[in-house]
Amino acid sequence: MNLILFTFIVLLGFTSYYFGRKKAYTIQSTKKRLTALPQFYGYYLAIWCAIPAFIIFSLWAIFEPTIVKLLILSDYSNQGYLDDELNLLYEKSKALSRGQFTGEITPFIEASAEKYLSLRSIAQSSKVVIVLSAIIASVAYAYKRISSNSRTREPVEKFLNAVLFTASLAAILTTVGIVFSLIFQTIDFFKVIPLFDFVFGTHWYPAKAFVRDSSEALDPTMYSDTFGAVPIFAGTFFIAFIAMCVAIPIGLMSGIYLAEYASTKVRQYAKPLIEILAGIPTVVYGFFAALTVGPFLKELGTSMGLEVSAESALAAGGVMGIMIIPFISSLSDDVITSVPQSLRDGSYAMGATKSETIKRVIFPAALPGIVGSILLGVSRAIGETMIVVMASGLAANLTLNPLESTSTITAQIVVILIGDQAFGDPKTQAAFALGMSLFLVTLCLNIVALRVVKKYREKYE
Amino acid sequence: MNKNKEQLLNKRYKAEQRFRLYGLSAIFMALLFLTIFIFKIFSTGYSAFQKTWLIVPVTFDAELMMLDQNPSKEDLQDADYYDIALKSMADLDPNANEDQENELKRMVSYFFEKEIKNELLNDPNLIGKTKEVYLTASDDLDQVFKGNYPRDLTEDQRRVSDYQLKIFDQLVANGKVESKFNISFFTNADSREAELAGIASSFMGSIFSILVCLMIAFPVAVLAAIYLEEFAPKNRFTDFIEVNINNLAAVPSIVFGLLGLGVLLAIFQLPRSTPLVGGITLSLMTLPTIIIAARASLKAVPPSIREAALAMGASRMQTTMHHTVPLSMPGTLSGTIIGLAQALGETAPLILIGMVAFVNTIPGSPMDPAASLPVQIYIWAESAERGFVEKVSACIMVLLGFLIIMNLFAQIIRHKFEKKWS
Repeated sequence: MNLILFTFIVLLGFTSYYFGRKKAYTIQSTKKRLTALPQFYGYYLAIWCAIPAFIIFSLWAIFEPTIVKLLILSDYSNQGYLDDELNLLYEKSKALSRGQFTGEITPFIEASAEKYLSLRSIAQSSKVVIVLSAIIASVAYAYKRISSNSRTREPVEKFLNAVLFTASLAAILTTVGIVFSLIFQTIDFFKVIPLFDFVFGTHWYPAKAFVRDSSEALDPTMYSDTFGAVPIFAGTFFIAFIAMCVAIPIGLMSGIYLAEYASTKVRQYAKPLIEILAGIPTVVYGFFAALTVGPFLKELGTSMGLEVSAESALAAGGVMGIMIIPFISSLSDDVITSVPQSLRDGSYAMGATKSETIKRVIFPAALPGIVGSILLGVSRAIGETMIVVMASGLAANLTLNPLESTSTITAQIVVILIGDQAFGDPKTQAAFALGMSLFLVTLCLNIVALRVVKKYREKYE
Repeated sequence: MNKNKEQLLNKRYKAEQRFRLYGLSAIFMALLFLTIFIFKIFSTGYSAFQKTWLIVPVTFDAELMMLDQNPSKEDLQDADYYDIALKSMADLDPNANEDQENELKRMVSYFFEKEIKNELLNDPNLIGKTKEVYLTASDDLDQVFKGNYPRDLTEDQRRVSDYQLKIFDQLVANGKVESKFNISFFTNADSREAELAGIASSFMGSIFSILVCLMIAFPVAVLAAIYLEEFAPKNRFTDFIEVNINNLAAVPSIVFGLLGLGVLLAIFQLPRSTPLVGGITLSLMTLPTIIIAARASLKAVPPSIREAALAMGASRMQTTMHHTVPLSMPGTLSGTIIGLAQALGETAPLILIGMVAFVNTIPGSPMDPAASLPVQIYIWAESAERGFVEKVSACIMVLLGFLIIMNLFAQIIRHKFEKKWS
């Protein structure tokens, strides 16, 4: 229904464009000068068609459900139902009207469902009538108003400018949406679990907090010692550390080699090949780590008499390191290439070899940029999910042994939220609290890294 | 004295060579990882494109099928095929006892009844006759035939019994086992049985998500980039927008999953597990990538173009829309494709919004529950059955194939259509 109406409005828009332009041509044919190109007259009318439609559509989307709900529930208003029961009643009749209701059908619900359907159809048809009449009225008004000396280009351009501006707000809206979706659940979580227990507790067993009915959820003592996030934070940084131990040496050295030593031909092929590593989906790395690297390390360890878990932190961290190599190598390659040639020439003139120049002159000069690229790599390692979910353990052990299994923030979020979630359950809220801490940590890293890189760029530009 | 100097110089040259070698070996290591990786995926995955069939003689006995004389099309549809299906499997070994007959039945997929039915529906004249029918082998025998199953384990450690292996070997010796291209891998939806599982449902899920993502992210991102690059005044607010965009580009993807869960599902009540929600979540994630690419390519259009248009009397909006934006399109488009390729490989946010549900139907619209290719990889990788291992690798090959095609496409657009300003 909405789709048909929408198509119709779009068609109306095109027609009004056509009429506007035609009117402009008619004016032109009477040898009067136009103040704008004919198509602006068309755009002008089309905008007059789009604005009322948009306003009415959004008003309807916001108010229709609430009004329908009020009307239906007014039947029950003086029968002493609680709010929750009323809501349930409403949801039931809605489900029934869609034919998705599976429970017991009472006459009450059936009556409300019928009322719901009739109200919906009234609402839909009145929407169609109102939208169409509003469009026709506004377009007719605008059509009458345009004449040879009316301004049409300025309003059209102002409108476009407003559209462009609104689009640019999308990024802010996304950030607001992220904070918004995380913050309420997080606050609710900390109402049940003290912040201190979360940040300094050393036991993480969210499975223990499985709520069987809501009376249990109100008892905070059952959550003591279940949501201590220290093992998870430690695991996250530990795996990120292992990843960086792989990624920094390899990434940095290949960045240096590509920037300083490699011939154009080698560079031309090696650089995109290394960057393929960054384009491989992380779930593929996860599969690789779980199926190949984990068992391989286990076998290797057993042959050396070590006890290695099949889901060791080493396997997850190592594979994650491979994934991060290209981030570090490309960024440090860029940074090193942008060090001015004069610094190199100065060093060569003093008789330094190439490696001495790199180590003593270029590297210190490029250090801020390199640090920035490493920080971005760390932020990626901390936020990486699939490799850890698939290749590292899901039980949160507090350990610094790379051969044992540990868990991370991201893995725990997935473990908790996979399948059905009950909002309002501390376990679900815990996932959002973890998400919040992840967001904050990576935000800080990103801001610092981006600022360092930007400062560095400005220095040499 | 001189000798000392020479020694020092030699040492320095050696250090130089060593350093160079470190760099070279770093690159070599990175490329080695890539090679191992691709080799591993291909070597485990290629066999999934073949499927093993058992050729079993089936007697279409009208009595066993409960059919009258001259059955109509409907009768054939409703006939009982289970008994003849069972009988034809049991007939593989005339001396089989009841347990062994059960084992014989499990040598083929549970789909075998339907395969026999299709055979008869295609040719109703078969009633009363015997024909050799191709039946899908069970996933374990499939793996045995491909040589991926260790046969030297003791019987209680494997899912295939010695008896099944014996019969299977007889069939192989008689040439009654055949390997053909696995079409069902591309046309079937997901299944709990490895031999029947296919990627069609997750593939459609991916396509729908990507389309939704494209339809939302591309217009918004391009408009935002135009505003920020061409019209925005330089003030605190636009700086704030810019910081926001750069940050969003580096926010972990799972956080976007939480956003989808907390806002799209919990507040807007959009349907769970659907490509619609997945696409919206992915579009928020790709937005910054496309904005950054579009801004870069707008910036690359030389100011002289704008000045020329303005000098001819065009307004700023006309200059932008008629000249700058079209010239920047190749760069923007290739950036968009790269952003979409990233979105196509994304798993974590989709898991959080419930696209991991087991879906055994092929979704027909973005509002139907679906999985996506990377999520399918995750689901299969978590399954214990051996038959899924090669499926995972094959699914990865399909996914990587798409990513390669998309990236090549982006390269081609960039090189073919982008104007070089010098």
